[in-house]
Amino acid sequence: MNKKQAFLNGLRDGIPIGLGYYAVAFSLGIIARKAGLNAVEGFFNSILSRASAGEYAGLTMILTHATVVETFLVSFITNARYMLMTTALSQRFSPDTSVFKRIAVAFCMTDEIFGATIARPGYVIPQYTYGLTAIAGPLWGLGTASGIIAGGIMPARAVSALSVALYGMFIAIIIPPARRERPVLICVIVSFLLSYLCSDSCALPIPYVHEISAGTRTIILTVLISAVAALVAPVKEEGPEHA
Amino acid sequence: MHKYIYLLIVIVTIALIRILPVTLIRRKIDNRFIRSFLYYVPYVTLAVMTFPAIMEATGSPLAGAAALVLGIVAAWFGLGLFPVSIICCLVVFVLEFIL
Repeated sequence: MNKKQAFLNGLRDGIPIGLGYYAVAFSLGIIARKAGLNAVEGFFNSILSRASAGEYAGLTMILTHATVVETFLVSFITNARYMLMTTALSQRFSPDTSVFKRIAVAFCMTDEIFGATIARPGYVIPQYTYGLTAIAGPLWGLGTASGIIAGGIMPARAVSALSVALYGMFIAIIIPPARRERPVLICVIVSFLLSYLCSDSCALPIPYVHEISAGTRTIILTVLISAVAALVAPVKEEGPEHA
Repeated sequence: MHKYIYLLIVIVTIALIRILPVTLIRRKIDNRFIRSFLYYVPYVTLAVMTFPAIMEATGSPLAGAAALVLGIVAAWFGLGLFPVSIICCLVVFVLEFIL
């Protein structure tokens, strides 16, 4: 397949991804507005980050006046999965792919773009991934900007409803593997439970623990639960390539 | 701290996370613990961030809880990212209208 055709195919496959992004980014925009970003700032932040959970965590850091170290650690933890994706990606490049192209493709990775890129057989064609990102990336940014603008004029009830779109996306990412694999299911249940027990929402807040910030709670629980899961149920040698 | 500093830290961290593996790791990671740990991280972190936060995002905590349950059911039966998000939004919209 020639490069131009691959790019056009990427644009085509990027449309449904981009439309989903637009809707979800809208709810991110509502949070970005709370964090004090205007539409232009939100657009560029989203286009440069293209990370739902990662951006959400970053905005939470602004809202809670987190420290530099905390912000870095939370960004690292909430985006660690991209490291896993681009590690998998590194095994799929043709040996003659230049370093520049490897970096450019890696920079494009999101859950869905990784899925679409890796789903094609054979070596990765960089132009296909560029096509996906060329359409989905701007829609992600536009969705965020729209959320920032419309978040202020929409009735509170509609804002409340749209603000759960992001969580809906998180749910849609974690549930299918939880259904297929027992260890992931247990991880999800334990995560929900411990996260609740350590939070302010808990019916019987644990002294001191419930005062820990949401970001730090995410780091500690993620490292703790994932490490225990890795010890108790290590993945098979071949391992799943999409994670 | 200025908001741009936060955004810069996040953007640079995310870019490095994406880029470093393809430039540094040319071979497969052999350590089974690290691979297993990295495998569980995304699911655990998303689960921790979803609950109980989803109940705090809505006007009524009950509506958020209902969105979580119905979102899980929808995802369990194979619905994708976009439909699950829409279902969660509709659940909250309808419930907060009634409650």
